[in-house]
Amino acid sequence: MFLEQILNGLAQGSIYALIGIGFALIFGVLGLVHFAHGEVYMIGAFIGFLMITAFHLPVWAALLLAIAGAAFVGFLVELLNFRPLRKAPEYASMICTLGLSVVLQNAAMLIWGSDTKSLPLSSENVAFSFFGAKLSMEQILIFTVSLGLMVGLQYILYCSKLGKAIRAIAQNREAAALMGVNINQVIAATFAIGSGLGGAAGVLVGLYYNAFYPTMGFMAGLKAFTATVLGGLTSVPGAVLGGIILGVVENITAAYISSGFRDLVAFVILILVLFIRPSGIFGRGIQEKV
Amino acid sequence: MSLLNIDRVTKRFGGLIAVDNFSARIDEGTITGLIGPNGAGKTTVFNLLTGIYPVDEGDIFLGNQAITNQAPHRIATAGVARTFQNIRLFKELSVLDNVRIGAHSRGRAGIFGAIFRNRAARREEATIHAKAIQLLQEAGLAEYSSELAGNLSYGLQRKLEIVRALAGEPRLLILDEPAAGMNPRETEELMAFVRRLHDRGLTILLIEHDMKLVMSLCQRVIVMDHGQKIAEGPPEEIRTNRAVVEAYLGKGA
Amino acid sequence: MMNMSKSLLTSILRRIDEKEKSLYLLLLIAVAILPLASQSDYVLRIATLCGIYIVLALGLNLVTGYAGQMCLGWAAFYGIGAYTSALLVMRLHASFWLALPAAGLMAAFFGLLLGIPTMRLKNTYLAITTLGFGEIVRLILLNWTDLTRGSMGLPGIPSPSFFGIDLDGKLFYYYFIVVLVIVTLVTMARLVDSRLGRALQAIREDELAAKSMGIDTTRYKIVAFAIGAFFAGIAGSFFAHYSAYIDPHNFAFGESIAVLSMVILGGMRSLPGVVFGAVVLTLLPEVLREAAEYRMIVFGGILMLTMLLRPQGIFGGVQRKKVSLTPEAVGQGKQPLYQNRLPEKAG
Repeated sequence: MFLEQILNGLAQGSIYALIGIGFALIFGVLGLVHFAHGEVYMIGAFIGFLMITAFHLPVWAALLLAIAGAAFVGFLVELLNFRPLRKAPEYASMICTLGLSVVLQNAAMLIWGSDTKSLPLSSENVAFSFFGAKLSMEQILIFTVSLGLMVGLQYILYCSKLGKAIRAIAQNREAAALMGVNINQVIAATFAIGSGLGGAAGVLVGLYYNAFYPTMGFMAGLKAFTATVLGGLTSVPGAVLGGIILGVVENITAAYISSGFRDLVAFVILILVLFIRPSGIFGRGIQEKV
Repeated sequence: MSLLNIDRVTKRFGGLIAVDNFSARIDEGTITGLIGPNGAGKTTVFNLLTGIYPVDEGDIFLGNQAITNQAPHRIATAGVARTFQNIRLFKELSVLDNVRIGAHSRGRAGIFGAIFRNRAARREEATIHAKAIQLLQEAGLAEYSSELAGNLSYGLQRKLEIVRALAGEPRLLILDEPAAGMNPRETEELMAFVRRLHDRGLTILLIEHDMKLVMSLCQRVIVMDHGQKIAEGPPEEIRTNRAVVEAYLGKGA
Repeated sequence: MMNMSKSLLTSILRRIDEKEKSLYLLLLIAVAILPLASQSDYVLRIATLCGIYIVLALGLNLVTGYAGQMCLGWAAFYGIGAYTSALLVMRLHASFWLALPAAGLMAAFFGLLLGIPTMRLKNTYLAITTLGFGEIVRLILLNWTDLTRGSMGLPGIPSPSFFGIDLDGKLFYYYFIVVLVIVTLVTMARLVDSRLGRALQAIREDELAAKSMGIDTTRYKIVAFAIGAFFAGIAGSFFAHYSAYIDPHNFAFGESIAVLSMVILGGMRSLPGVVFGAVVLTLLPEVLREAAEYRMIVFGGILMLTMLLRPQGIFGGVQRKKVSLTPEAVGQGKQPLYQNRLPEKAG
């Protein structure tokens, strides 16, 4: 029973980690929060859903298309919401993406209706026994896909020119620009990568719970953000670890205390971390310049 | 009588010792210059004095009052006012409001006074307003009173920052590179302004790279290098001090 | 004697711009006779809603517009006020006239609590913290079913009475919210133009410089949250009794966004701007009545477009009072600093 809760937590946590990586990458290069990132995840989920139901594509193809679609949405968000505000005060882009998040959520509601959509899956739940705990097919899918994506991301970040440029901008944007890095291109690529991961998470979570709905991005986005804060806001491994911790803690709270507290626990963690150690587990400290 | 007494103060940032066992006494009514090469720790001393950074070791006294590691607003209220190396005015507020905010530590009105505008609050507002206008007139800034501070020219912004500091009726005025970026005429005007403040008995401590200004304005000069005090004395003595020359030009110069 | 009162009068009049004064007077008359002009309950209901949002937005404006502290959980204070008032009246049979200020004070207390993190957190971090706070409050209202009945909400919240006379008419609520709006407006106008208001604005402009001017920034930020939250709590109390039914959805994130949109559209730190924003954004969804589901899209779109096109808001950064340099304005101070010690300087 306990092991099963841990496994459920790990699956949920991997989802938070995938979304959280997007927050961390974007915060890394821009120092800004992308409030509509949860909606990008939702759009990814719906793209996957449509590909499976309307075009009868296999899951892997739907997943790839969702990643591509979400990446494109992320690219657009950067182009329309962040680039024009590059020199504006911090709150401007924050409020702008906050507005975008509200718009996307409600537009999705108009387009797809506010009810929850499900896949007409064969309901025989294939499950494996794992040291006595149930491990579903969907969980295995989540674990393998997210692990694969994270390894792929590490490869991009540490073994490619683009990754080097992303890390350079995160360190010092002006210096990177002076070294000939095309800042706008790299930031756009960062948004595409982060959003693609979010889109993948959307499809995975939709399959896991077999539920797709327009407001699914709000809570998931906030919780993934909590995970990112827990990990240190700019750290990719931090976001992964934070996501997994949050997923496990949430599931254990829901199972052993009360399911009503499931959502509460994330926000309490968020506020405690921000208040006690805003730099998170792996974050750099903040020092004000005088 | 010394107004400010810095007693063996040390400040470290990680492994770097920014200020190393630094001591100084500033006498009441004097102008003292704090000079040294870039990175010598001058601005760090200012930030320790004004409570922006905590002190690692040592003590700072204003008169008889220990101000070591007090919160910045307490130190300001105790009578230390400052300007900043890179001007930090309240840019979106009017020139007058900047000065009135400078007088914050001399006021007392709170929520009650603000909402109910009782006699005491009204009188305080009137006093602050009048004082602000007067200071602005004296500095030749009165005509810009309702202008936004951010719209002033660079030289006037520097001056306004000093006026804002004066509004708090400080016992000690700290100026961080007041002439930085000014043209010779503006510098000349600034020096006259600072001199007038000195004539009225205000104690002034300033960091400046313009040696002409320092040598002609200051009665005492303290020289820092690598976080330490390497020399102290009247300007003419500092000018010929061997350690100072070496610090600026390197050994063997 | 005559002369004195006359000069007093002229000095007061000089302060108020003539045009502005007559405009306000006209507005006040329009507001006062609105119920006579239109017998429609619907019009009265929308006008009352406008009033509630004006009070909410003015409160948030003090925190976000003046003190520069972003808050994405404003609806929490609204909800705390509403539930405090409703529960006091329903469970403890307290009078509305006691529950109303109690709701304000309870919200102010939570404002103090939320103000504490502002000691260490800025900008994005603070925004997220306040968002988390808003969600925590909503989730507690939703899950503390013994007290709040959770998602079933609290039906049948009684209307206030005055010396045994029940005040449940729509006219009472309308005129009462008008009074609340005026009280809030006057309070805010006075707060903003005071030592406290200037300190808040200094914090927004440059916190470090503010500290160096002797401003206890932590304290002032907490005070701003408490005062703003107080008015949100009052609005909540009014709303609870006016609508007679509340549930946690009334105080969800969307509501926080709605109030923030009002502040941002009109222009942060412009009181008429905020009133304008609140009225327009309350009316707009009603105008688009056939498509009520567009309400949130409109709010979101307004946030985006304002930031992209005019970040200071419609009225933001426009008005500026001229400073009087007349001898009487200057000469009121009793002990000017450094007087007569500086030679007069030309210019």
